[in-house]
Amino acid sequence: MKILNIILAAFRALQRNKMRSFLTMLGIIIGVGAVITMLAIGQGAEYSVKQQIASLGTNVLIIFPGSQQQGGIRVGAGSMTTLTEEDAQAIRTDCPAVAYVSPGTFAGGQVIAGNLNWATLIQGVGVDYTQIRDWDVQYGSFFTDQDVKGATKVCVLGKTVADNLFPDSDPVGQNIRIRNVPFKVAGVLTKKGQNAMGQDQDDIILAPYTTVQRRLSHFPYLRQILVSATSSKSIETAQKQITDLLRMRHKIARYEGDDFTIRNQSDLANAATATSQILTILLASIASVSLLVGGIGIMNIMLVSVTERTREIGIRMSVGARGRDILTQFLIEALVLSLLGGIIGIILGAAGSKVISSFAKWPTFITAFSILLSFGFSILVGLFFGFYPARKAALLNPIDALRYE
Amino acid sequence: MNTINSSQIPAGKNNEPPVIKSGLQGEYSIHNNKLIEIEKLTRTYLLGEVEVHALRGVSIEVSKGEFVAIMGASGSGKSTFMNILGCLDKPTKGNYILDNIEVGKLTRDELALIRNKKIGFVFQGFNLLSRTTALENVELPLFYSTVSNKERKEKSVEALKKVGLEERIYHYPNQLSGGQQQRVAIARALVNNPSIVLADEPTGNLDSRTSVEVMEIFQKLNDQGITIILVTHEPDIASFAKRHIVFRDGRIKSDKINVNPRNASEVIKTIPSIDEEDEA
Repeated sequence: MKILNIILAAFRALQRNKMRSFLTMLGIIIGVGAVITMLAIGQGAEYSVKQQIASLGTNVLIIFPGSQQQGGIRVGAGSMTTLTEEDAQAIRTDCPAVAYVSPGTFAGGQVIAGNLNWATLIQGVGVDYTQIRDWDVQYGSFFTDQDVKGATKVCVLGKTVADNLFPDSDPVGQNIRIRNVPFKVAGVLTKKGQNAMGQDQDDIILAPYTTVQRRLSHFPYLRQILVSATSSKSIETAQKQITDLLRMRHKIARYEGDDFTIRNQSDLANAATATSQILTILLASIASVSLLVGGIGIMNIMLVSVTERTREIGIRMSVGARGRDILTQFLIEALVLSLLGGIIGIILGAAGSKVISSFAKWPTFITAFSILLSFGFSILVGLFFGFYPARKAALLNPIDALRYE
Repeated sequence: MNTINSSQIPAGKNNEPPVIKSGLQGEYSIHNNKLIEIEKLTRTYLLGEVEVHALRGVSIEVSKGEFVAIMGASGSGKSTFMNILGCLDKPTKGNYILDNIEVGKLTRDELALIRNKKIGFVFQGFNLLSRTTALENVELPLFYSTVSNKERKEKSVEALKKVGLEERIYHYPNQLSGGQQQRVAIARALVNNPSIVLADEPTGNLDSRTSVEVMEIFQKLNDQGITIILVTHEPDIASFAKRHIVFRDGRIKSDKINVNPRNASEVIKTIPSIDEEDEA
């Protein structure tokens, strides 16, 4: 019996019991649809986590001063006055694996522009900051090296700050007052959105760190040094080079601990990505349980079908069908059920994830992988759960099958 | 409507010889005339602990072109014998040679092939696939052999013509009368040009007139050289056959030539058609 004829016969057999075939397929449809949707949601989550991490900047290392220790009481990290402008300068010149360096400090404060005011964080940075964070100016320009050296009172506004202080006008060139110190707005940053912790990264004002140190925080040391490695592969090397350099500069003896901390963004990135991957796997495994249940539904219906069609099997055998012809026929029927269900499930799952992403504002992604996976799974389910009933049919004794009432 | 005129069943004397006969004639020249040779056939079932001797040593020979009626009371072993003849069952002991093939030694798959190529079955309960057209039912044996889709349809339509159902090839079994259903079954038995047609109580579910009509078809097919073995317990039906074999208690009780078989075409004229109006 040619395979095409068997497939046609299978379709015809399933057509005869439309309602039953549909209900059987429904199990697979829901299973596959759920797997597709869950994978789409999970991959969407993974994507947004990756986006957020990328928004922190690529290959970024942050150096904090170490914690202060006084009589056994340790104060929080960053409290120590160990990081200096000279350290930053040394890192820039002596560490070959480092591409950009931006000294950093910050101050909080109320910002006033005209009759509007806004409380935000004022971050003092170097000109390399835009490179390290991969963050551009949308309007106007960033401050220059000259501004940093001269501690000019210029600043660049984050999008949120700009929207709040200048809702209707162009902030570039305007004056604002930060804690009563007048600053000139040089530019506005592009929108960066939320970070991985859900904080609004655009609620910020950037100013030369020298200006922030002298005019706002009155703290002559650095709170942090932002560094970017030359490539993602050289992050480790850069970290090593910086550690060695700073230990040497700070004259730390071999048995003493570092008086600074280097935090590596890739650790955070990896952890977050791993978390979202686990989420994806979890969602997909829950969904595949329903696929399994759908498969059992197929087996159940195929067993009923074999019993019901015992006489048909007998007739087919009496006119020359071999056991394997009967096996193929029932296996193909199970496969048609599961494949058809799989295809409908993929379409419904794709539609479902589109609906979810438009209603929940959550990005969803349907990848070729998830389609292939669920397609492959439905084939496997059909073969696995179809085999037992089909084999049962194939092993029937023709005489008994013909006499079956 | 129900009667079959001779033009529907080619008698072999026409300009175009029928396919079936020419096929058989080809084999005549190569082999001897023996189609079936059975020697000391026994078949024993195990029903729990009890051995049931359904056949206790049956020897028989059937030549090509014979029309045999097998008779006997229920439990005489005739159904078991038919099952073995039809390669649906294997003998416990003894030899069965069908068309020069030692059937007893074949595997399940090989038996299926024999059933497909050499044997056509007609059952008491018609055994048609429901919700499947007459044509598709007749096509069924060809599904399991290597025949192109076009040839399959041609052959099947041809077979349905032979039984006078060319007008109803797209009817479903439940749209056909019992006699018509049995004719579909006969067409299905014929479609693969079998060496032998085995009919197990083919008239058991039919009224007397339709039974004779079915026997008329068998007689016409036999006239074309097709070997027919028929199981029946009705002497009336057996009287259309050329040879009578009677079974009793798993053995052959008698094996006689029916010197003067009745002619179904003539008998049918004597039976008034009750359901003429229904059929029309």
